[in-house]
Order: sequence, then C-alpha cells, then structure tokens
Amino acid sequence: MNDIFEGLVAAALLVVTLDADLVDITLRSLQVTMTALVVASAIAIPLGTWLAIRRFRYRRVVIAVMNALMGLPPVVVGLIVYILLSRAGPFGVLGLLFTPTAMIIAQVIIITPLIASITHQAMRDLWAEYHDLLISLNTNRRQRIAALVWDGRRTLLTASLAGFGRAIGEVGAIMIVGGNIENATRVLTTAIALETGKGDFALALGLGFVLIALALVVNLSIHWLSRTEREGRW
Amino acid sequence: MVSQLFPVTVKDVEVHRRGARLIGPVDLTLENRGITVVLGPNGAGKTTLLRAMHGIERINGGSVIWAVPPEVARLKQAYVFQTPIMMRRSVADNLAYPLKLRGAPKAEIADQVALWAERIGLADALGRSAPQLSGGEKQKLALARALVASPDVLFLDEPCANLDGRSMREIEALLIGARDAGVGILMTTHDLGQCKRLAEDIVFIIKGRVHETGAAAAFLEGPRTAEAKAFLRGDIIE
Ligand SMILES: Nc1ncnc2c1ncn2[C@@H]1O[C@H](COP(=O)(O)OP(=O)(O)OP(=O)(O)O)[C@@H](O)[C@H]1O
Ligand SMILES: [Mg+2]
Repeated sequence: MNDIFEGLVAAALLVVTLDADLVDITLRSLQVTMTALVVASAIAIPLGTWLAIRRFRYRRVVIAVMNALMGLPPVVVGLIVYILLSRAGPFGVLGLLFTPTAMIIAQVIIITPLIASITHQAMRDLWAEYHDLLISLNTNRRQRIAALVWDGRRTLLTASLAGFGRAIGEVGAIMIVGGNIENATRVLTTAIALETGKGDFALALGLGFVLIALALVVNLSIHWLSRTEREGRW
Repeated sequence: MVSQLFPVTVKDVEVHRRGARLIGPVDLTLENRGITVVLGPNGAGKTTLLRAMHGIERINGGSVIWAVPPEVARLKQAYVFQTPIMMRRSVADNLAYPLKLRGAPKAEIADQVALWAERIGLADALGRSAPQLSGGEKQKLALARALVASPDVLFLDEPCANLDGRSMREIEALLIGARDAGVGILMTTHDLGQCKRLAEDIVFIIKGRVHETGAAAAFLEGPRTAEAKAFLRGDIIE
C-alpha cells in the first residue's frame, strides 16, 4: 500500500518537474503516433469516402475486408510486420526493423481500417441525405466529394481522433517491431510495460498519467466535436 | 423573363421499380402558364412524376422533352424536396451553394445571399446552422436556395406540408413572386385550398396515370370524371 502511495507521489513529481526521460518518451510517442495518424488518414479518408459514393463490382467485398481488418489483433499485425521487415523478409534490405518507421508502419496498418470504416459510415449517411439535392444541382463527382468531406469534416476529425486513441495506447505490435530500445524506439506504452516489469512504479505511473491525460484530451475533443456538430459552430 | 424551356412534352414515360409500374405511360404537354398543380391521392405517383420530369428518377420508357437541349434544360431547373434537405452548414452557406457551383463572383453571391435571406425573413439568422432551423424556416430556406440561381422551372413537392398558416402564406407569396417573374412552377399539394389559390393548370393523376388535365378553374368547378368529382368532394378514393 505504502509502495503504491510513494510511487504515486514520485510519479506526480516526475510529471511536474518535466523529467527528461518522461518528456523524451512522451515526445517520441507523439511523433510516432502523429505520423502514423497523418499517413493513415491520408489513406483512410479518401478510401472511406470513395467506398461510400462509388458503386463498383467488389464494393461489398472491400467493405467486408475493411471491417474484418479492423478486428485484427495488433500483436498479429506486429508479427506480420516483423516478418516482412526482418533481415530475411521481403523488405529486409531496407533495414527498418527496430526503428520508429517500423512502429509507424504497424500503427498505420492497425488504425487505417478503423478510420476508413468510420469515414465510410459517416460519408454513406451523409451521401444518403444529400444525394437527391446534389444530383438535382447537377454537381460533378469532384463537387460531390468536396461537399461531403467539407460538411462531414467534424465526423472525419472524430474518426481520426479515434485512430489516434487506438494507436497511442497500443503496445503489442510496436513492442515487437520497435524492440523498445532506449532513446530510439521506447514509447509510452512499451516503457510502462518495461518499468512495471522492473518494479519502477514511479516512472511507470508517471508515464501512465501522461497516457491517461492524452486519452482524456482525445475523448473530450470527440465530445466537443459532436457538440459543435449539433450546434453547427464551425 | 419568359422561360425558354416550355413547352415540355412528357411522352409515354414509365417508371418501374422492383417489377412494379409506379407511373405510366404518362403523356402530357405543358406550356408555361404559371403554376401547374399535380393533384392525386397518396401513392398516385405525383412525386415520381415530378422527379422523372426533373431527370432525377431513372425512367424505364418514354422521354421528357424540353424546348431546349437536355443539358441546357437541366441547368435551368430547380427542385424543392418534400422534406427539405439542409446542408450541414450555415443558412448563408446553404443559400450560396448553388451560386458557388456555378462559379459566380463573390460579390454577386454576397448580394444574392443577403437579398434572399431578407426575403425569407432569415436575415438575422445567416450564421445559424441550417439543420437547426424550424420546419417552416427550413422549407423557406430550401425554396430560396432553389430560386437563388434563377431557374426557369421550379419543381415543388408538397411545399407546405405540416406548416402553419403564417409559413404557408409566406411561401405562397414567394411562389407568386417567382411566377410573376416568369418562372414556370410545377408543384404537388394535398391542400385543395392552396390549389385553388395558386393553380393555373391542374394535372390530376390516379394510379400513375394522368386522369384529367386542364385549366384549374374549369377543373375545380366542374371536373369531368367521376374520380375527380369524388376527389374534390373529399371522398376516399384509391
Ligand atoms: N423507390 C421505390 N421503390 C418502390 N416503390 C416506390 C419507390 N418510390 C415510390 N414507390 C411507390 O410508388 C408509388 C408512387 O409513389 P409517389 O411517391 O410518387 O406517390 P405520391 O403521389 O407522391 O404520394 P404522396 O401523396 O404520398 O406523396 C407509391 O405506391 C410508392 O409506394
Ligand atoms: Mg409524394
């Protein structure tokens, strides 16, 4: 009991004094996840929108695959990326294993289906709502997509935030492909796992606080977005 | 301004969905005589006919021929849907949208938005989110958004369903204004009073076929067919 209390105090101290290790790990986490988020959104948002408004032959199959990929266990994603990037694997020559790039790749694979799926649902609903009007107004495809993406911008941001939340808290895949190397690939979640194993609860809890704070910010943002959506403030 | 689009000829038009014939074959020629009201019981095919004429409902036979080529005709039409479709943007941005699509200059868009907002009594609500408006405000905004790009033909599907007297009066005033400016109007309504107030011509349809057409006064005074008589009496007909 005392251990835990002391750990909490020490953790709080680490946070308020902006401990160098803690800041370093947090920034690396943000850098990896933000990069993954940008890449994943750049793929997922156009893909989801396209699936919502284009009718083509294997559309349902693509949607089913996308939804199935959303349920992929991250650890398995890590394993697959590891195999692909390992020295003997097809991309071994790139030497990416145990680098932040490898972690970014894994996170992109994990969150792209999630963002694409949310985007698809949102764009599909909005398209159903706008369909008659946009057809009646003689819009071309580019104008339709522009209208949907612009008017659905809050939902798209929500989708991205959901992706961020999933990526920042993920541990299995990036542990495997990043290797949790100090000053190189150690991020919030992998550091927590390691420090907990070592029994250094202070640093683990401090990192945990940061992670919780990030998750809270994300969820509050999603909540705030849905409110502005209703009130149409931007 | 007199519309270049008339006369419009509807020739043997049929619309089928899931093996059932929703309307047709419909034959109809309309001159621009102001406001034409499509009357008929629920499910008669009024909405389907309007959509087919506007070109947003795929037709399975026949053709709709305007006096100008189809691409031109299409750009000169506007349609107000039975349930107004509000874009998730401000009132001002909803009004501006059709003009933006046409690449109108910014200054002109601003002028038109201000003008139409004033006409529909939403000048103080330009920044409000359109989906948050009341039913009557939405209907007026949808109508203004249809008129802002100065169409030659305006389609209206039940423009006053579920509206109170005041909103209805405001909308009818806008319609009369548009008609007097030369816009040809084709509308449906369930309100015989409204039909009497507005219609120059009537198209009466039952079960997807045109049953009777003609000048409104003549039709309302002395319908020729038993079905039309029953409909005007307020009898239940199918
Ligand atoms: N997409 C569709 N698929 C199948 N049936 C349809 C479809 N759209 C309309 N219908 C049917 O076609 C018929 C005509 O519909 P329509 O909406 O044109 O009638 P309406 O005269 O406008 O009726 P109301 O007065 O209720 O608005 C109805 O029986 C309706 O159920
Ligand atoms: Mg209808």
